[in-house]
Amino acid sequence: MTYILIFISAVFVNNIVLSQFLGICPFLGVSKKIDTALGMGAAVAFVMTISTLVTYLIQKTILDPFGLGFLQTITFILVIAFLVQLVEIIVKKISPALYQALGVFLPLISTNCTILGVAIMVIQKDMTLVESVIFAISTAVGFGLALVLFAGIREQLALVKLPKGMEGTPTALIVAGLLAMAFMGFSGVV
Amino acid sequence: MKQLESNFLNMALVLTVVSLIAAGALASMFTLTEEPIRLAKKQKQEQALKDVLPEYTRLEEPDTINGLAIVRAYNGDVFVGAAIESSANGFSNAIKVMVGFDQKGKIVNYSVLEQAETPGLGTKVVDWFKTDKGKQDIRQLNPSEVNFTVSKDGGDIDAITAATISSRAFLKAISDAYAAYAQQENTDGQSGASPQATATPDSVMTDSVTFSLQQDTAIVAKNE
Amino acid sequence: MNYLKTFTNGLLKENPTFVLLLGMCPTLGTTTSGMNGLGMGLATAFVLICSNVAISMFRNLIPDKVHIPAYIVIIATFVTILQMVMEAYMPDLYASLGLFIPLIVVNCIVLGRAESFAAKNNPFASFLDGAGIGLGFTFALTLLGSVREFLGTGSLFSFRLFPEDYGMLIFVLAPGAFIALGYLIAIVNKLKSKHA
Repeated sequence: MTYILIFISAVFVNNIVLSQFLGICPFLGVSKKIDTALGMGAAVAFVMTISTLVTYLIQKTILDPFGLGFLQTITFILVIAFLVQLVEIIVKKISPALYQALGVFLPLISTNCTILGVAIMVIQKDMTLVESVIFAISTAVGFGLALVLFAGIREQLALVKLPKGMEGTPTALIVAGLLAMAFMGFSGVV
Repeated sequence: MKQLESNFLNMALVLTVVSLIAAGALASMFTLTEEPIRLAKKQKQEQALKDVLPEYTRLEEPDTINGLAIVRAYNGDVFVGAAIESSANGFSNAIKVMVGFDQKGKIVNYSVLEQAETPGLGTKVVDWFKTDKGKQDIRQLNPSEVNFTVSKDGGDIDAITAATISSRAFLKAISDAYAAYAQQENTDGQSGASPQATATPDSVMTDSVTFSLQQDTAIVAKNE
Repeated sequence: MNYLKTFTNGLLKENPTFVLLLGMCPTLGTTTSGMNGLGMGLATAFVLICSNVAISMFRNLIPDKVHIPAYIVIIATFVTILQMVMEAYMPDLYASLGLFIPLIVVNCIVLGRAESFAAKNNPFASFLDGAGIGLGFTFALTLLGSVREFLGTGSLFSFRLFPEDYGMLIFVLAPGAFIALGYLIAIVNKLKSKHA
């Protein structure tokens, strides 16, 4: 049962982008078209799940037993950077088309606050291994959802005339704010 | 000076050296700040205890009841109250609260140790329940006499407006703390007069327990 | 090289938040009050300055192929040092900034500046660049934090200006962050187009 709660909470109630403010850079940068948004969401989901798994294991088997908690930030980010490189190589080999589509976004994932954020969060919230993996997958789904929704809106926005100063980022942010407001409606569900 | 060539040896060497320096710097920083961090935490803890308990001259070593940490306070040899740390899952994360009860089981004060609730709404839990307004002030209330749930659920306490979940969590934490407090009275008070309490606050008969407790403080003190 | 220009660059012309649009996560996440914004900005500035200087000093000793992981280690080291110092001597600020302190390590500004400036310039210039960008960031965060605090709760740096009940709570919450920042950037854009 808790797993479903974790899922609903991470996707809707505490959406990583719209209420926790992580992943804003790709959120604003990649969400201009729906298919790039989907691609980014998928890539993030993949990296996030694997990195959460690996960092969790490292924390529990190496950092904690040896009292090396203070090395958490450094080890986590290195693991994530390494994993992203790995994913990039694998995607290039398996599906050059996908690699072309994702292009510059893949390396950007390593500086994506969501990945590091989730890795740290599962430790802070004292989750079990299974809970952490489910949390990671759910968060990625929430991220993808926010991204795709936003892209859909932005595709429409691109066709509209706006005051000069409001073009681009300002309007995007205000729309994001409205989207965040909508998601606030989910609070209390869990 | 030209940049070092990217051959394998250089790369491996540089990365190793950088990592070693980093690890060394962090380890030394860690040992430097370990003590101040511990002190800062301790100070916060002590301040919290001072805030929630009645006047005391000495504190006992922390104990655990029902999985909750409890610290008993004495004025000389007289038991004046106990502070209990409790927590419950609020809107975002756990709300950790320390609540102090006097000898009669009345709440002296509480202090929210940790919370990550919605700013402006759930965060009000920090002083809402100590504000003398309507039915929200829980100080001087005894959880065995008052229904410690929100009015919405048929209880006697006013929840924070638009922050029912945080309020429910907070009150649950207080109720759990009281259950632990009531239980410690029963285990220490050797009198058989009061019925053995279960973990629910409603079934605790505070007055008889207090009576037996005051009688038995000498025994309590000796037992510690 | 005009050192003064290097420094003031980060404050206005290349202000990371309002112009470069980098480092959005902490910008939105920690600006619930002027004080939090100020604290976060200064914390980031500290890391930015330290990492810029360190990377600039060793820029020729780090082979190109491994420069990303090397930079990351250096930045992460300073972030961890900051974490420890804050936990020891500024526990309240440490508690309110929470998760965003370790997240400084993935703040696009820090790595971005390291790559685009520190890797190509001498330590003193890098120091100035770090300081300028850091202060620009701090300015932006403090401004946004103050706006949100004022509109949302009626106080400024905990100094009450009007009763809290009249505040628009939305500004302290998630949506308000987006909206407030959106309008601020719009204003900056307007000012920029007037000057251009």
